[in-house]
Order: sequence, then C-alpha cells, then structure tokens
Amino acid sequence: MRYLPNSGSDRAAMLKATGRSSVEEFFDRIPDELRFNGRLDLPGPLSEPEILDFFRQAASRSTREYVSLLGAGAYRHYAPVSVNALLSRGEFFTAYTPYQAEISQGTLQAMFEFQTLMTQLTGMEVGNASLYDGSTATTEAVLMAMRLTRRQRVLLARTLHPEYGEVLRTFIRHQGTAILQVPWEDSGQLDLCQLEAMLNAETAAVVVQSPNFFGALERTSRIAEAVHRCGALLIVSIAEPLSLALAKPPGEADIVCGEAQSFGLGVAFGGPYVGFLTAKEKFLRQMPGRLVGQTVDSEGRRGFVLTLATREQHIRREKATSNICTNQSLCALAVTIYLSLLGKHGLRTLAEQNLAKAHYAARQLAAIPGVSTPFGGPYFNEFVVRTPCDADGLLADLQKHRIIGGLHLERFYPELKNHLLVCVTEMVGREAIDRTVEAIRRAAGAEAEIESNGPGAEFAGCEAVSVSPGAKK
Amino acid sequence: MRIMENRIREARPHVTRNEKLIFERSSPGKSGADFPPLDVPPVSPEEAFGVELSRGEVEGFPEVSELEVIRHYTRLSTWNYGVDTGLYPLGSCTMKYNPRINEEVARLDGLASEHPYAPEALVQGCLGVLYETGRCLREITGMDAITLQPAAGAQGELTGLLMIRAYLAERGNPRQYILIPDSAHGTNPASATISGYEVRNIKSDECGCLDLAALEQVMTEDVAALMLTNPNTLGIFEARIREIADLVHSRGGLVYMDGANMNALVGVARPADFGVDVLHLNLHKTFSTPHGGGGPGSGPVAVKKVLEPYLPLPVIERMPQGTFGLNYDRPRSIGRVRAFYGNFGMAVRALAYIQANGFEGLRQTARDAVLNANYVMSQLKDSFDLASYCALMHECVFSDRRQAARGVRTGDIAKRLIDYGFHPYTTAFPLIVPGALMIEPTESASKEELDAFINAMVSIAQEVEENPEFVLKAPYTTRVSRLDEVAAARKPVLRWKPSH
Repeated sequence: MRYLPNSGSDRAAMLKATGRSSVEEFFDRIPDELRFNGRLDLPGPLSEPEILDFFRQAASRSTREYVSLLGAGAYRHYAPVSVNALLSRGEFFTAYTPYQAEISQGTLQAMFEFQTLMTQLTGMEVGNASLYDGSTATTEAVLMAMRLTRRQRVLLARTLHPEYGEVLRTFIRHQGTAILQVPWEDSGQLDLCQLEAMLNAETAAVVVQSPNFFGALERTSRIAEAVHRCGALLIVSIAEPLSLALAKPPGEADIVCGEAQSFGLGVAFGGPYVGFLTAKEKFLRQMPGRLVGQTVDSEGRRGFVLTLATREQHIRREKATSNICTNQSLCALAVTIYLSLLGKHGLRTLAEQNLAKAHYAARQLAAIPGVSTPFGGPYFNEFVVRTPCDADGLLADLQKHRIIGGLHLERFYPELKNHLLVCVTEMVGREAIDRTVEAIRRAAGAEAEIESNGPGAEFAGCEAVSVSPGAKK
Repeated sequence: MRIMENRIREARPHVTRNEKLIFERSSPGKSGADFPPLDVPPVSPEEAFGVELSRGEVEGFPEVSELEVIRHYTRLSTWNYGVDTGLYPLGSCTMKYNPRINEEVARLDGLASEHPYAPEALVQGCLGVLYETGRCLREITGMDAITLQPAAGAQGELTGLLMIRAYLAERGNPRQYILIPDSAHGTNPASATISGYEVRNIKSDECGCLDLAALEQVMTEDVAALMLTNPNTLGIFEARIREIADLVHSRGGLVYMDGANMNALVGVARPADFGVDVLHLNLHKTFSTPHGGGGPGSGPVAVKKVLEPYLPLPVIERMPQGTFGLNYDRPRSIGRVRAFYGNFGMAVRALAYIQANGFEGLRQTARDAVLNANYVMSQLKDSFDLASYCALMHECVFSDRRQAARGVRTGDIAKRLIDYGFHPYTTAFPLIVPGALMIEPTESASKEELDAFINAMVSIAQEVEENPEFVLKAPYTTRVSRLDEVAAARKPVLRWKPSH
C-alpha cells in the first residue's frame, strides 16, 4: 500500500480527533445487508516490477514487429520525444479542469493556443478546448447544427467514417431526426448530383469527411454552395488533420470537427484520442464543450479563463448545449506541443512525406497485374486498392510476412468486397513498402495461378474475380 | 531591483515570468523537428490535389526551436497546480495520487502502439487487458456485465440511460421522465435530455438524501428511471437505497447510480446489492487515472443481467479456448457510443492501480478516504457551518453562511486558500447548499498535509472576521491576480491573431 501516506499512528490520532472509536463507525449508515463482507477476487497487491512484468507480457502479444498499413481513423505518426517529456510534468497531468484560473494558467494558456492552432488549420474563426474524439465531435457538431437551424433532417456522406456514423445514430436516435446517406461517385468523392437531389428545406446539416473514409479529398467549396442554397449547414469532419498542411482548409464550411490523434498521440488501441470542433464565430453560443477566453487580471495583465460557461451542464443542467464535463485536455496539450515543435515548415514537410509515400505505394501496387486503385479522386496518405482475389486470404498471407496490409472495406461496405483501405505514413519506409508490394504481387500471382489451374483445396474459398491476363505466368 | 524593473520590463523571477503565447515567440525559419530524408520520389500537392484543393503555408503557425518549446511549456506548467504539487481537495472529483507506474505501462510499445483495427488474433495483449479491467470492475461493483467504451462519466450516463430506454422500449413504452435529485451533478440532467427524456427534479432532505415520501408521489408509470448518486454529493450514504430501488422497480422503472463517489465504497459495499440496475464509474476519480487538466477520462458502465443485451458495440468476450474477441453480433445493442473501444489507455492505468493495491489495499483506500474527510470535518466545524449533520463518508460540505454575513463568499475563501498553498475545494456545489464549500481530501492526503490545510482554513475564517476586504482581493501570491471573468464573457477572445 505504497500509495497511502498515513501511518497507523496518524490514523489513530485522526480517529481520536473525530471522537470515534473505530473507522468502522463511519460506515454505520450503510445497512448491514448492503455491506460486503467477503473477499473480492482481484489481483495484487503487486510491486512495481510485478506490474511491469504483467504489462510487458501483454505488450508482447501485439503487432509491434509488424509493418502496418492501417489508417482508417487512427494514424501512426512519429511523435518527438519532447511531447511525452512535457506531458509527463505532474503540474500538467495531475491537475483538473481549470476552474480556479489563477493557479491554472498553464493549462488555460495551452488550451488557448490549442484553440488558435485548430482554427488556423481548419480555416474557421473559433474553436473549443477539445471533445472526446472524432466520432463524438461529429455527433456534437450535428446536434449543434440542429439547434442552430431548428431542423431535423441530416444528410451523411456514406464516406464518413462508418463508426462516426454509428455513434451519431446512437445519440440522435431519440431526437426524432431523419438520417439519410449520400452515396459516392466513381472518383470515391461525394456524389454532388445525388446531394443536390436529396437537399431540401428541412435539411439541418450535411456531414462530409475530408479526406473521406476512402482517403479522397472532397470538393468542399462546391458542396458548401449547394448546402447553403437550401439554408442548411455544412459540417466537415476530418479524421486525418495532417492533410490540412497541404490541402485547402474547408473555409466555406459552417462547422469543422474531427480527430487530432495524428498530432502527437499514439494509436493506443483506439484511445485516448482528442476531438476538436471549430466554427464560424456567429455560432459561438451554440458550441459544445469548454472554451478558454483571454481576459485581464486586476492589474491589467493578460490571463486566461474558462468562459461562456452558461452554455454548460454545471450551470444550465438539462438546458445545456452538451452534457460534456471532463474532455481531453491532456491530449489537446499533446497536440499543442506537437504542432509547436513541428511548426509551419515541419508540418508541411511531414505532410509532403506522407503524400509522397502514399503515392509511391499506390503506383507500385497499381502496377501489379490485377491490382487496381479504383477511385480516381485526389488523395493524401490513404487510398483504396482492389485486389484480384479474396482480400481476406491476401491479408492473411501478408500476416505471415509480418505485414498488416490494410483494412478490408467489406467490413463496412458489403459492395466493396476485395477492396483494401491502405494508409502509408512517414512511419513506413520505402523498403517496407517494396516488401509489401512484393508480397502482394506474389500472393496475387499465386492465387491467380491457382485459379487458372482450377481451385485448389487451399484456396477453395477464394472467389473467382476478374484477373488480368498478365497475371498468369 | 527597482532599477532593473525600470529598465527591463520582461525579466521577472522565473515562475512568474511573463511567458508569451507560442505564436508570439515565433520567428521565420525556425523549427523544432527534423525528418529523415524522403526515400521516395517527391509529389507536389498541386500535382496530387490540383491547384483548387491545395493550400500554401498555414498562416500564423508557430516557428520555434525545440528548446524554446521545452522552455515555453515547462514555464506554463509551473503556473499550474496539480496533485503532485499538493493537496487538491476538489469535492466530487477525487483528486488522488496518479501513480507513475500507470504512466509507464500505458506507454509500453505493444500497448500504446497497437492499431484498433489490427486483426484480433494479433492484439491479444490489448484485448486481454481490456477484459481483465472489465472483470475487476464487475467484481468491485458486483454487476453482471460492463462496457469500457464511454470516454468519460457524462458519456457513461448517456450510455446507461440509452440502455434503460432500449430496455423499456422493448417492453412497449420507453416512458417519459427521469427523476433526478436537486443535489445531483449537472451532467445528470444534461445526459437525460440528450437521451430523449424530460427531467423531474426531486427535493432532497437535510442529508441530501432522497425523501421516500416525495419519491412515492413522483414515481409514476411515466418514469423511466431514477438517477441517484451514492454516496450523494454531500458525502452521505443513501441508507434507504434498497427501499428506494424496490419502489422504483415496483412501478416498472430502473435505478441508475452515478458512481462518481465510488471511492468511498470499493471493497466495502457493492452497488449490485443496493438494487442498482446500471451505474457508471469514473476511472479518473476512483481508479487513479490522471485528470490531465480536464481529461482524458473514462466512464465504464456496469449493468445487471437484464440490461446486458443493450450494451454498446462491440462487447469484449473471452472465448472457450482462452483467447479474447470482440462481439459485434448483438442485435439489441444501443449501438456504438464512441469510435473503436473507448479510452483504452485509461483502462491500462486503472488495472495497474487495482493490481498495485489488491483487495486489502483498495478497502484500506476507501477507509482512509473516509477517515480523512471526517477528520477535516471535525476540525473545521467550529469555523464553518456544516451543510448537514448526517454521518459523512468521503467528503464534507460546509456553507459560507457565516462568512457571507461579512460579505465573503465561498469563491473568495477559495481564492484566499490559494495563497496558503492549496488548491481550492469545489465552490458553490451542490446547489442545495447555500454557498457550498465541498471538500474531498481523498486517501492521498497525509495527516501532515491535512493539518496544514485545516490551519489555513481556520486562519482564513479569522481573516474574514477581522479584515474581510483583504480576503476579497485574494489571491496575492499567484502569477496573475483575480481575473475578470465578466469581461472574458462579454467580448470573447478565443484565439490569438497576428497583430499586423
């Protein structure tokens, strides 16, 4: 019990001061039948080396030795060691929500910097101090748009991260909202004609992701024109904000939200991540989450405080703009430090490396006979590859070479059987890309050969799909 | 000193140095990060995206060196106060020690580096940690099933209420109201609204406890659930919770327990035995994961068997052969509440904390937390008006009634407490106490630290009597003095802009 600072005599002295004869008396209000008198089946107590050993063993049952081409809303990027060094300062990570501004200026100033960085990146005017993650930020953005427009119909691009859509459905199911999906066109981008046809005077918001789930950048200016014509709001959700170092920010949108995990946070098996939400200034009073504002102290010195709290649950209770309380401050701090370190030029260089590597990988893959990149839309570090045979078999084959070759899109889109979502960040070296391409070439070639000779037992499950003649030896 | 101040406006003792915003430290051409040379042919954004979709540089973005970043954030950190700095008795927040080993293991390569979509067979380590954390929390609460997906307590509330809604809807009627005591956290009513319910507030008695007679009247067939915090926000155990639960159940409703104050109960009593159907836990309170300046948190939701079919997707399961898997085939689920599987890193830390303590350690923790709160109460009750005379558990609440008569409110006393070297308690909550001072020392406060805190509070009470004006202008020792919150809200400045 190394965490407990009181000795037996400390406890005895305190107990005496309270006038009680035993600590048990403090629990007298709990009726006997509600007391737990048994022994909980819990591990421990364990010393530090034992705890380390347990988690090191868990960490060994992992993909840490693998080349990974997974993205899909969780992106592997290198974080400079300074990020972790600064996050590990106890003054930052053991503090709580900065209600007492005078002794929380560190957190408050950093959050003000975070808000600024997010508005600079997204081309919006105001930003909040973080939300849980990209999926819940997107849900909050939709709820905000519904409050602003007092309308109840929402159009979601089918190329929005499918899990973001699922979260949205869970939370707005009981608001009487109609949720419709807008398909993609051949380029993998939003089908603008379909969008125009689906928009009407009841539409509260249109949600598009850019780059979308297939990696394609959306034409947000043109989408915004159509959306605004019918008085709806455009929400742009961004899961890979590194793209914003090179891609035009969606300045015509009304709300930009998303996931900032890319900026200094590990993929960490899905969390903790950090959501962001930025918007046009005129929508400020309907924004969810904490906001940090600049002010002055009694001597006129600049300082920062939590502000516009009258939107929030601890003041407004059932009329609040959101139920959020604890959000993701420390993760937002990581983002702030990361972006400060990389800065204007570092972020651009990093984004250029991602762009170049993904395009190199896509070209190499598309050169494999039978393999294609079916969507022609512009992409950043993620793209879709169509495989000439069963993609699950192919992925399993790659795993034998310690390569995780991407995400089989059939998981979310039944019509995209044998389509892989492939992400190439700066963490994947050319050698690893070449090795992956070779492995896919061999696997695809092998399957094509087996198919040309009739299905063998091993690949009985592999569906016959069109294979270009060049794949045959 | 005087000469220096006249000539040099910028330099100050380091902890109070006027550290500019990172944007203001920027000058063109600097960077704090380098990259390996690009090993593939370069591609220009104009070529890849077309000119229309490309952007130039991000205007206003900082350009600073690594050392400047280190100094900037190190300096900012010194303007903060954390549990590592000293006593942080913020009531209802359970600001306990955040063990360093938790941070170490959560950052291990193979845990922190795992992709959520990696094949299940290859990430058995992460899945095993999630499963074991869930199992321990089920054991502690006595509940039958659990999800670790909610990102924080408020999201846990929402998740639990949606499950209640799904359960009732399946039985023909989701009902209309959620009953919430007026002593509850603001997140309770806010979550109820988002889940499609209307809120009916119930008055609490002088212990902040639910009045059974009042409940009898409002607990109709239109009520979906009662949300109850136990121990409540006055730090008092809801002793009649079993009868309350029986009444709610007899009229077809369910009982939601806000587990924010579970630190008082671990190893002592199990909510499942109270008749609770669903509760959330805050890993960042009871289970020592850091508060991080306001997150990340984690709000697991534990349920009785009747609610298990409605748990959010996916549910982690142990297979007969001892491996772990994620089950998405659950047609009655409320759906997803967050992308991927929640704040995994917080589950890692919570499990390390449970392991470090073991059963005896956790029970001793609850006992120490309760003893500390009662000790503080016993030493301050002559200087401040107690909000309630019922037996306390993990926190004690006073009213500023006596001090308010001298023009000093709870928020002013809090500011003065900063000068004495402590983080303030929670001010003005719960709302049922006029001018509340809500103090939760947690088990992490030593007697020595508590005595210093008690001395400070008693001394401030005397200052209020002798010189209230002096207290009203506190704090005096911080980098900035009292900040103008009204001005901040009147004309919000929420971002830095270049001055040119």
